[in-house]
Amino acid sequence: MKKIKKYLPYLVLAILFIWHSVLYAQQQRFPRPEFEGGYTFPTHQFLNQRGPMWEYMDVAVLIGALLITAWIALVKRSRQGIIWVSLFSLAYFGFYRQGCICAIGSVQNMSLALFNGSYAIPLSALLFFTIPLIFALLFGRVFCAGVCPLGAIQELTGFRQVKMPRSVEKVLAVIPFVYLGLAVLFAATESQFLICRYDPFVGIFRIDAPYTMVIFGSLLLVVGIFVNRPYCRYLCPYGVLQNIFSRFSLKHVTISPAECRKCRLCEPGCPYDAILQSDHEPGSGTLEKPLKGSLRYFIMIPVLAAGFAVILFNFAPALSGVNVNVKLAREIRAEKDEGISAVSKAAVAFFESGKTEDALFQEEQQIIGRFRKGAPWVGVFLGLSLGIGFFRITLRKIRTDYEPDRGRCYSCARCFKFCPVKIKK
Amino acid sequence: MAELKNRTGSRRSFVKTAGRLIIAAPVLTLPVILARKTDSKGYVWQIDPYKCTSCEQCRTACVMTPSAVKCTNAFPMCGYCDFCPGFLRQGAKTYNTAAENQLCPTGAIVRKFVEEPYFEYTIDEKLCDGCSKCVKACANFGNGSLYLQIMHNLCVNCNQCRIARICPSDAIIRVPATTPYLQKELKSTIS
Repeated sequence: MKKIKKYLPYLVLAILFIWHSVLYAQQQRFPRPEFEGGYTFPTHQFLNQRGPMWEYMDVAVLIGALLITAWIALVKRSRQGIIWVSLFSLAYFGFYRQGCICAIGSVQNMSLALFNGSYAIPLSALLFFTIPLIFALLFGRVFCAGVCPLGAIQELTGFRQVKMPRSVEKVLAVIPFVYLGLAVLFAATESQFLICRYDPFVGIFRIDAPYTMVIFGSLLLVVGIFVNRPYCRYLCPYGVLQNIFSRFSLKHVTISPAECRKCRLCEPGCPYDAILQSDHEPGSGTLEKPLKGSLRYFIMIPVLAAGFAVILFNFAPALSGVNVNVKLAREIRAEKDEGISAVSKAAVAFFESGKTEDALFQEEQQIIGRFRKGAPWVGVFLGLSLGIGFFRITLRKIRTDYEPDRGRCYSCARCFKFCPVKIKK
Repeated sequence: MAELKNRTGSRRSFVKTAGRLIIAAPVLTLPVILARKTDSKGYVWQIDPYKCTSCEQCRTACVMTPSAVKCTNAFPMCGYCDFCPGFLRQGAKTYNTAAENQLCPTGAIVRKFVEEPYFEYTIDEKLCDGCSKCVKACANFGNGSLYLQIMHNLCVNCNQCRIARICPSDAIIRVPATTPYLQKELKSTIS
């Protein structure tokens, strides 16, 4: 008995060796040739991607472009200058860097890094997310004005201005909030990178994309000729963050370079409906009157947040269908119920891989659990934004001047030329 | 009235400052929290050749056209066969470089005579579109020396690789950018 124990390790080793050589023989069907003529194996050159130095270059260009845009919009007040910066950004971030890396997509990297331990976020993605927001806090949406390549391509192709009815504008403005919420949720659960997948202009930058995305992108550009910046206004999820941050900006572009004369000339000047009109008789409205109604809306805010949280919680299983593993599990379960053998390539590969169905179903439940954890928070976010939006409508501000709506203004400098007040330099 | 306006003005400015601070706090703290998790080198996508089932989807799924996935030959594994299952179409009448005998639809495999009876097979990456027909044939009938790799001079390193999303065998994984290739190697000799 002891003898066997003594030799057991060697026995195991021998079995392993034999097993290994069987595997080896399977792989190596034909023996390696023994060349006589002094043949040497050619070495294959595996090329590397652009060095990390280039990523820092991108960050440097971003900061430089933001500083220049802020200077042009706030100090120089030059529409021509904004157009030139937009052209540069479109050329560099758009056509040269091919739309990657971009601040809009970096939202998902942040979400993935925050909620997943194993993912290390690239430093450049972190900086591309933060720096434009810091600039929004300082100078308003200068990033949207001339640095974002998606904004630039739309800004440069917006030739005519058609004003949308305010009601349509308000309803469509809800979409980016939903888009942002879902994109963060899908990235946090490692299901999808929604924003990158449905980026409409990256196909134009690369001149290569699925035809559906090319059609979508060109359609947006055609619409954008009349309804300017349709992506920014009705889709862009990063624009939501820019919008919120810009409301608290330290400095912001003003329509008039000096004192506003309330001449109403700038009223038609903004294609984005971002000019807030002054109250013609300042002080005529009392402050007490609207407060009654607004109190009701203030109480509505937490109610809406809770309501949306419940709705989204119940939608979690349906939303989890975007995850490939959940999709595969549902497919296999349906096939099992119907008695059909695997149809899709994924299902065939799953059965070939030898994983058990139970493991897959368990994984499915795990992913749905993560969705159930995350979805209510998306609901809270949506409810809060909607509630605060309603509440803000009821508030009546006394406004003495015409000024840009800090949330919606892209600092595009179009309205400057409408203002008759000029400062001699 | 002026007093009231003054009061509302100061209240508004207070709300503004408070809001600014509340909003600024996460923006400034988030990077600090995440800075520990950053990786300046980052990750890139690569195909694990031992998981790949050569399902031909790499050719069409990549955002680049032609695909950034290319075939390579692990020369130490290659048998240098005259009858190369990766190079010659099944049922080929003669073993030569005539187009009708080749398996590769783009003619990207270059066959070069070395010495009797060995031939060297290299891939012309400009022509290869990553269809993996040769990879499958080599794995089934040969030594399995032909395998697919994502070429990083072509790959744009998407946030989520579009091939990875549909890869049925989950063969496309994130690898550290410092070792961007998963090369097939001859298993160390046993005997």
